[in-house]
Amino acid sequence: MKDLSLHVMDIAQNSITAGATLIKVSLICCDGFLVFRLSDNGNGMDEELLKTVTDPFTTTRETRKVGMGIPLLKLSAEMTGGSFKIESRKGEGTSTEARFVIDSIDRIPLGNVDETLKTLIMANPEIDFEIKFQSEKSSFELKTEEIKKYLNGVPIDNFEVIDWIAGKIRDGLKVVFGGVLNEISG
Amino acid sequence: MKSLAELEAIRERALKEMSLRENTGKIRVVVGMATCGIAAGARPVMNAFIEELHKRNVQNVNVTMTGCIGVCRLEPIAEVITPDGKKTTYVKLDPEKARRIVVEHLINGRPVKEYTIDEVE
Repeated sequence: MKDLSLHVMDIAQNSITAGATLIKVSLICCDGFLVFRLSDNGNGMDEELLKTVTDPFTTTRETRKVGMGIPLLKLSAEMTGGSFKIESRKGEGTSTEARFVIDSIDRIPLGNVDETLKTLIMANPEIDFEIKFQSEKSSFELKTEEIKKYLNGVPIDNFEVIDWIAGKIRDGLKVVFGGVLNEISG
Repeated sequence: MKSLAELEAIRERALKEMSLRENTGKIRVVVGMATCGIAAGARPVMNAFIEELHKRNVQNVNVTMTGCIGVCRLEPIAEVITPDGKKTTYVKLDPEKARRIVVEHLINGRPVKEYTIDEVE
């Protein structure tokens, strides 16, 4: 996984598999940390699975015995001197948090976050997404539920609507993280 | 900056187009998007499908994603499922191949044999 946006895609896929109808994604720059949080209202995990979920030999899939998604994200955060946390309650949902030290040489770049969110929304029109970016400079929020209300019957996976959403997210990333993260110009 | 006025214009346009089209059977494109697929480059492939379909104004195709299809070494993988239930599995994709599949298979109805799992395996 060469950038954070691919991890976002991967962790969101877990929420989709867990039957979530609402997925919240936030990226926050604060006190030298870049904090990525993703929470959902899916099936959640029981304590036993939760305990072993950061082990690469734990997976829910049936095609293979390894699951690398969560261990890779954990490793990626810890390599910068940051941390990783996952909380879950059976039947209520799961919340994942990875903290990266912004100035660490090992911090992976943000990557193409707008493409990740665009494809997630496109492929899962029935799921609501709440997206939040925040830094000391500015903040940005987008809720697909509000956009759906506004569209009033026009599907959210309409190509032009999706394009508009992706553009909006790109604007948000630039306003919030431009000059804050060195991979995004100010 | 993207404004709500722009979204409103898109909505109006989409409503007009929707009333013109009867809902005929849709083709489904399903892209494998588990850790294996993502690491192999599935997201740009999916985006290429979306952008090419948009560019050519193809409306009868749904692009969705799924988890691990089971043959991780052949990722990125996408399945094309036509309304008659026929399934074509494409493997080792990249954005260029995805664009070709849009033109030849999704628009002209001729599967791109050389990218299918039967040819590659």
